[in-house]
Amino acid sequence: MIEREVTILNRSGLHTRPAAVLVKTAAKFESDFFIYKDGMEINGKSIIGVMTLAAEQGAKLLLRFSGPDEEEAAKTVVELFNRGFDE
Amino acid sequence: MTDSTITKKEIILKGIPASPGIAIGPVYLFVKDIPVVEQRSIDEKEIEIEKLRLQSAIDKSKKELHKITLFAQEKIGDAKAKILEAQMMVLEDEILLGAIRGRIEKEKKNAEFIVSDEIGKYAAIMLKAHDEYMHERAHDMEDLKHRIIRNMMHERLVSKLEGSIIIVAHTLTPADTMILSRNHVLGYATDLGGITSHAALFSRSLKIPAVVGLGDVSRSATSGDTIILDGYTGNVIINPVPEHIHEYEKKRARMLQFEEKLANLRNLPAETKDGHRIELSANIELTDELEYVVVQGSEGVGLYRTESLLLDRDDFPTEEEQYNEYKKIVERVYPNRVIMRTFDIGGDKVAPEMAEEANPFLGWRGIRVGLDRPELLLNQLRAMLRASTKKNLCIMFPMVTNVEEVKKAKAYIRTAKADLRARGIKFNERIPVGVMIEVPAAALMVDKISKEADFLSIGSNDLTQYMLAVDRGNPLVAKLYNEFDPSILITLKHVIDGGHKYGKWVGICGEMAGYPLATPLLVGLGMDELSVVPAILPQIKKIVRSLNYSEMQTLASNALECETSKDVALLVRKFFKKHLPDIPIEIE
Repeated sequence: MIEREVTILNRSGLHTRPAAVLVKTAAKFESDFFIYKDGMEINGKSIIGVMTLAAEQGAKLLLRFSGPDEEEAAKTVVELFNRGFDE
Repeated sequence: MTDSTITKKEIILKGIPASPGIAIGPVYLFVKDIPVVEQRSIDEKEIEIEKLRLQSAIDKSKKELHKITLFAQEKIGDAKAKILEAQMMVLEDEILLGAIRGRIEKEKKNAEFIVSDEIGKYAAIMLKAHDEYMHERAHDMEDLKHRIIRNMMHERLVSKLEGSIIIVAHTLTPADTMILSRNHVLGYATDLGGITSHAALFSRSLKIPAVVGLGDVSRSATSGDTIILDGYTGNVIINPVPEHIHEYEKKRARMLQFEEKLANLRNLPAETKDGHRIELSANIELTDELEYVVVQGSEGVGLYRTESLLLDRDDFPTEEEQYNEYKKIVERVYPNRVIMRTFDIGGDKVAPEMAEEANPFLGWRGIRVGLDRPELLLNQLRAMLRASTKKNLCIMFPMVTNVEEVKKAKAYIRTAKADLRARGIKFNERIPVGVMIEVPAAALMVDKISKEADFLSIGSNDLTQYMLAVDRGNPLVAKLYNEFDPSILITLKHVIDGGHKYGKWVGICGEMAGYPLATPLLVGLGMDELSVVPAILPQIKKIVRSLNYSEMQTLASNALECETSKDVALLVRKFFKKHLPDIPIEIE
């Protein structure tokens, strides 16, 4: 299992479009992917879940990956956050 | 006594006229049925049946949403159709659907109940966020939940109705308006909404009369009641007495006839009988309105509110996105002029985390935001400059208070030009730059501002509010708001003279520009341009073309001598009775 902490960089936060990009990216990997914020646990492959996080710019999230391709999943997803979802 | 002899009481309501025209017909009360979900235990054998029911409801919902989206794209364009996208993505959320199926198996409950509970949980969390955007998403999720459940119960939302109807509703979502418009709708009346609400924009583009912001029309009317809807004044009458029906039928005929005559004016200039010409242009918010503007015989766009680009999104459009939108407008309106106002937004759009301002009208707005967030302003200026190669685009700055701000804003235009030159992109080197006069300080200092600006445009709504210290949204003082107050007329005169002294033209783009009663006054005061809502444009042109400039000048100079707004109104009414007996507008 791998854990990573990320900060939301893009100005409008995890609104519908970035949420969709995140979910689509996560779906490419076999590993489970969960997001933790303010005591909420959300499946990172679920669009309704990610939207519910209402994560704004500056919010810190804990990401947890576990499965056969967890290394690569973590790397790809963290990069996506760091690029501000290419917004 | 039979039922038919019982007459229902007439109810008169006043709302905001959102789309012109008069409609008389039967009410269809549009209430969204919220399905009642029962909790039912199922046995082992029923699990598979419930899962199948779930799947077929999901498939059906997807098909419905897909249809609505296509319909929306066709009618209102891609950007607005995106509102429906979030719902579609959730229907394809395999994690969510897997969780629902898992719960059906484990809890052995009917599918409706599990769907309602599971999606409802997320919607409830979204509602807790202190954020308008999340609240809208929560409503989206509730809407979706009801759609799935309705489909599971084999219920359908009534969307095919018999005959011609007037839709009465509490509020209408974009999806509702789309679906309902497949019927023969004579008009729309809603409790909520302003002139920029979805129902209003939509009805204007389809030329269906609409009145919004009625407060409680949906509780006062029931399906089948007769209703009169006046999209010119905002008057709505439920169960009208025969005299009222007769009166409005006459008004409708009169207006239709008048509007037909007006159509002949389309290609004629706004010129007085004695040869004084003014420019009559239109205010627009959406590019969708352009066709209507052209049809109405406008000479150009006197105010394009770029804030509309920010609707339904929570970030700012890129330079490229803005450029594409601006280019569409200048090309459609060419060779006529388009005046584009930089974002006139409150601080909350830029920094939502900012504490709410106690006095937003006196707060961080318009050019103040632009000057404090130069990256936003520069982005927009570059996009406008890039769209200016046909030389028919002018830039205008909102909410200017002093000449210092004009100088700073012009310096940013120079920076934007230098950026484009470095990138080798062409633009109009001599792009005209105008200033909106809506703050009394700017009106008083018009001489200094005129030296820096190429033109001035008076924002009469805010100017009147600031001059009279009246918030017209506050019902306790709204009646004190009056553009015919002599102090306003004197200010207009001061601004016009100040602009003319330096050879700059002066226009007006507030609501006052579109009041037929104010037209002779404004032209008489020396206004060079009137920019009005497209719906009213032909009427204003008719008035200008029916009068002599000299008559209007006399009227204006008499009005400037008046003591009260009542005296001004009296003067104007007399003028209309004498010079314009054929114009069918309500003078009382």
